[in-house]
Amino acid sequence: MSGTATPLTQNVRLDGAAATLEQYRRTGGYRGLERALEELPPEAVQQEVKDAGLRGRGGAGFPTGVKWGLVPMGDDAGQKYLVVNADEMEPGTFKDRYLMERDPHQLIEGVAIAAYAVQASVAYVFLRGEYHLAAERLKRAMAEALDQSYLGSNICSSSFSLELHLHSSAGRYICGEETALLNSLEGKRATPRAKPPFPQISGLWGRPTVVNNVETLCNVPHILREGVAWYRALTASVDPGTKLFGASGRVRRPGLWELPMGTTIREIIEDHAGGMRDGYRLRGLLPGGASTDFLLPEHLDVPMEFDAVAKAGSRMGTGTMIVLDDRTCPVQMVLNLERFFAQESCGWCTPCRDGLPWTVRLLEDLVAGQGRAEDLEQLGRLCRLMGPGNTFCALAPGAAEPLQSALKHFLGDFERYLPRQSEVA
Amino acid sequence: MVGIVVDGEPHEVPAGGNLLQSLLSLGLDLPYFCWHPALGSVGACRQCAVVQYRDENDVTGRVAMACMTPVAEGLRIGLKAPAAVEFRAGIIELLMTNHPHDCPVCEEGGECHLQDMTVMTGHTFRQYRGLKRTHRNQYLGPFINHEMNRCIACYRCVRFYRDYAGGDDLQVFASRNQVYFGRFEDGALENEFSGNLVEVCPTGVFTDRTFSAHFTRKWDLQTAPSVCVHCGVGCNTTPGERYGTLKRVINRYHGDLNGYFLCDRGRFGYGFVNCADRLTEPMLHGQPVTRAEGRARLRDVTFKGAIGIGSPRASLEANFALRELVGPENFYAGCADADYAMLDTIRRVLASWPVHSPSLREVEGADVVLVLGEDVGNTAPRLALAIRQATRNCMLAAAAELKIAPWQDAAVRELAQQVRGPLFVLATTGTRLDELAEVVVRRTPADIARLGFAIAHALEPAAPAVSGLSDEDRQHAESIAEALKRADNPLVVSGTGSGEPAIVEAAAQIACALSRRRKQPASVSFVVPECNSLGLMLLDPKRLGKALESAESGSVPAAIVLESDLFRSARTEAVESFLSRVGETVLLDHSPQATAHRAQIVLPVGTFAETEGTFVNGEGRAQRFFAAMSPRGAAMDSWRWLAEAHPRHDWQCLDEVTGACAAAIPVLARMVDAAPRADFRIDGLKIPRQTHRRSGRTAASAHIDIREPQPQDDTDSALAFTMEGDAFDAPAALRTYSWAPSWNSNGQSIAKFQDEVGGALRGGDPGVRLFEPVQRGAAPWFTEIPRAVAAEPGVWLTVPRYHVFGSEALSARAESVVERIPAPYVALHPSDLARLGHADSVELNWHGFREVLPVLADDTVVPGTIGVPVGLPGMPCGPCPRTLALRKAEPHGSGVST
Repeated sequence: MSGTATPLTQNVRLDGAAATLEQYRRTGGYRGLERALEELPPEAVQQEVKDAGLRGRGGAGFPTGVKWGLVPMGDDAGQKYLVVNADEMEPGTFKDRYLMERDPHQLIEGVAIAAYAVQASVAYVFLRGEYHLAAERLKRAMAEALDQSYLGSNICSSSFSLELHLHSSAGRYICGEETALLNSLEGKRATPRAKPPFPQISGLWGRPTVVNNVETLCNVPHILREGVAWYRALTASVDPGTKLFGASGRVRRPGLWELPMGTTIREIIEDHAGGMRDGYRLRGLLPGGASTDFLLPEHLDVPMEFDAVAKAGSRMGTGTMIVLDDRTCPVQMVLNLERFFAQESCGWCTPCRDGLPWTVRLLEDLVAGQGRAEDLEQLGRLCRLMGPGNTFCALAPGAAEPLQSALKHFLGDFERYLPRQSEVA
Repeated sequence: MVGIVVDGEPHEVPAGGNLLQSLLSLGLDLPYFCWHPALGSVGACRQCAVVQYRDENDVTGRVAMACMTPVAEGLRIGLKAPAAVEFRAGIIELLMTNHPHDCPVCEEGGECHLQDMTVMTGHTFRQYRGLKRTHRNQYLGPFINHEMNRCIACYRCVRFYRDYAGGDDLQVFASRNQVYFGRFEDGALENEFSGNLVEVCPTGVFTDRTFSAHFTRKWDLQTAPSVCVHCGVGCNTTPGERYGTLKRVINRYHGDLNGYFLCDRGRFGYGFVNCADRLTEPMLHGQPVTRAEGRARLRDVTFKGAIGIGSPRASLEANFALRELVGPENFYAGCADADYAMLDTIRRVLASWPVHSPSLREVEGADVVLVLGEDVGNTAPRLALAIRQATRNCMLAAAAELKIAPWQDAAVRELAQQVRGPLFVLATTGTRLDELAEVVVRRTPADIARLGFAIAHALEPAAPAVSGLSDEDRQHAESIAEALKRADNPLVVSGTGSGEPAIVEAAAQIACALSRRRKQPASVSFVVPECNSLGLMLLDPKRLGKALESAESGSVPAAIVLESDLFRSARTEAVESFLSRVGETVLLDHSPQATAHRAQIVLPVGTFAETEGTFVNGEGRAQRFFAAMSPRGAAMDSWRWLAEAHPRHDWQCLDEVTGACAAAIPVLARMVDAAPRADFRIDGLKIPRQTHRRSGRTAASAHIDIREPQPQDDTDSALAFTMEGDAFDAPAALRTYSWAPSWNSNGQSIAKFQDEVGGALRGGDPGVRLFEPVQRGAAPWFTEIPRAVAAEPGVWLTVPRYHVFGSEALSARAESVVERIPAPYVALHPSDLARLGHADSVELNWHGFREVLPVLADDTVVPGTIGVPVGLPGMPCGPCPRTLALRKAEPHGSGVST
């Protein structure tokens, strides 16, 4: 089988319904799982995913196979868990939802293979609370998979068994942080945990646990079925595979497309999103969701791959970009985002808990015409206080990214809100 | 040790610790909030930031949290690096955006860690223009005030209350900058360690409600090192006085004993000192007389050949002075005969058996714990808290295997989940530690003892075997013995609470068997009823019953009763008979009690807060306590009344009594070393009880006399009732308060007085251990194993039950504690209650008196037994009978009209 150029979305139906089990199997569904169970020891599955160069699609881009390789293996390793991070709450991001709603079996197969690779006997899908349709379709697919022995005891007549549970989140952005997710899954407050120890060592209920993003796991069946070489040939980029890229904002056709890794921003915006709507010009964009730094029109030819976006001064994040046009105020846009982040702080560490509300307050004063010149410096200071390493988890540094980059790129917009000296009296 | 570099200077620090603790141990100042030496690191507040450098060429470094950074060889950090200084100031500024500027009216002011840290970081100018978030406060009961607006969300309160102390009714609610620390609804905090929130909270969210009722600033308190009198653990405390009122008690750190925490009985029980009905004047037949008259009468009584009844809650010196006055042959113990028998066993075991009596720190290090017949949580709460920590050791070991440091608190607890190290609770009724136990076995007292003896036999065949054990109990004995055999640091805990002497013997037997197996002394910890129960026994008194019996024969001309209520120690009838046959009775005590009403002569004495002396705790540690204030009225130290009445001794000060006692009683020889003598001086001065900031010295009593009074002299100790002198450099046993430059709070400033943070106090933790294990000779096994008790129809075997609040007499007089004392009751197993026809109350025969008490169904009560709460106000007087006949009380049968 030669495989397709868009493995993740090949089964997507135009009528909006979920791909059926039959349809999924027609395109090779569950053969990756069968191959893994029949032909490969768990470590070999890990190695294939390592060789494929798959990097996490949740935002951080950590090599998936390496993550699995940190899990203690062997007979005395005890209970282990696989957890699917389906708590997709990054503003501007809706890729996992699409994958779960349109091809739920693809995720289930990915879960089963991943669980086999780390020898986890129990897996959870931690699903964003609002994803009702995804929940419904996953539940149905899980029942089908159980019925067809792709889940449950002795999967496909092998000695491997897997219990898969669907957990709908009570709904907090912080639950997307993998350790806060684990706490939430345990019924505790959704507060992140300190790392180390990493979840692979002490995760869910203190047991070795792998947390993977939905899209990441959706790649796995194809790697196992079509092979490493095929997977690496999907793109010319240093990052193998395809990726769901998205664009929202005042583009002509906002949406989501499966494209090779390394597709340039220009191609995504101009070819796939159809360029800017009439009367709007591109001012900037957040390349990977709300918690990434602004890039500018000068960055249009940056390929969407982890290192290249980082080099341009931002993060690939979820790969679903939010486009800023010239008729939308970047200050108001940032205020809107910071309100969200302040609301979603878990309240554990000081810079986030108390820094974000102050940030919001300063931006609100500014847009209300009550800002002071020194407030812009204070916003910069707050961004530094909330910087990476200064906070307990990545929420506040992420929240600081759009603000700090807006202050850099759109300082004039901020300054325009300052009252003139004569008005200050 | 590993070498680290701080601001370019090399230092040596112990390996394996976190950087914050290491820096503080070096004596360096670094602000922090969420970290606590007993609670470990969680990295929440981000206050302890330093700059960490990769190597000597790295000049930029990166900000790192010291509390989450393990020390390692070659670690280079900048404490004073501008990036770190700026970051720490930024964090304080953020914390202060919502913190009210109410320091002048906040009770934490002056000993507030947040104030200290704010000053330390240099944040002085407020740039935040927004409104502060506000919260609704809760009523949290008689002990704790709640002011949530002051909260800086360090999470220490819930981490202490829930994770460390096992409470579950304090929680964190909501999220972001609205996080709320409180109960799900208003109501008293249920956990018996809630008072520690006052010291654990770095600011004024949780404050001492009893202190609030008569508030004084820290710097205006007159304080002295003291020892808690509300159980036999002997926690170190610091009572504080102003205007003749004992204002509060706070923790006094002791590295081997109470560490940073007290129980609520110890912290809030002090209220009895301030009761208006205290005995303050000598009374003769109910009429006040002068001190001289009182002294003369005491002398007369002595000449008549009085017997003396010593006290388990009076100092060694007071008891010794009484013993000297009446002669050793006429000296009796003021405790129930059953307690006496058990204490006698404990005394002998500690003195001559190959067993080790552990400190609380050693208890915390135990990996397998067996509790035999004692509800430690209610009889010695601080010991139970130590056992609670010990149950975590197995998971700390598991964490270590995964390279998770023990101070990584959240990570260790996450790994551990609900797993606790082996704790076996063999009890006569439900106990506070049951929730942590791997195995809980509830049996009658005799059966618990039998089970204990069976464990000893399973450990060491030379120990006598137990016949007639049920299969189930034999299996328990074997599996518990196996667990004890496997342990590195096994611990047996028992005590006098069960009222069954054989249980104490069985506990000793198990420890002895373990010692034999291990060829090194095993630990056994005994809970004793009162603060000086063991001390009294070391003076070799006779049992109280003997005194009562000799009075029957008319041979007791007079009795001197020291700080005891005989009606709590013997049957009412027997005490009545004794008092009527004894020619004259003298009572020395500080608080009204039943014996005081019957004594012809009452001599007022000071409480622990007003007197000085030495207690011996259950561990066998002699500890000196000092007066924080002068006694009221004509009250004086008990030993002084007794010494002044002595025809030959001319003791002028406490040291002389202590010295005489040490000389007369070999086992007490080292009690003189419990604290420096009264002639101890620093630069020619005594240690001040008052702070260098004390205000109103010349005005405090100006409404009585315009002239400043001469400071009262204290001839008995090296402490002075003045501001002059050096409190900072005082030896630990004499340290009147914990206060260091830049560190004004009790819990945090103590770091400046420790060898290393969380370790021993500099110069050694105070007190003297009197017993060390005896290695020689063959094990002297107890051979009398009780027989199983067969149930008799209509007769219930009594089992004592204890309550943190109510079972101890002195604290039960404190106004705040009274609110927490349960109403009198008895408890039956639901099946027994059903047999009685589901009565609401039962009528029982209590030493011949008919009593009616409400009855509770409790499935932790062993069928055939009846749980009888000890000491609760309103319960029938005197020690509980061994058995009770009872029946359903008829409606209106009690004769109480409504």
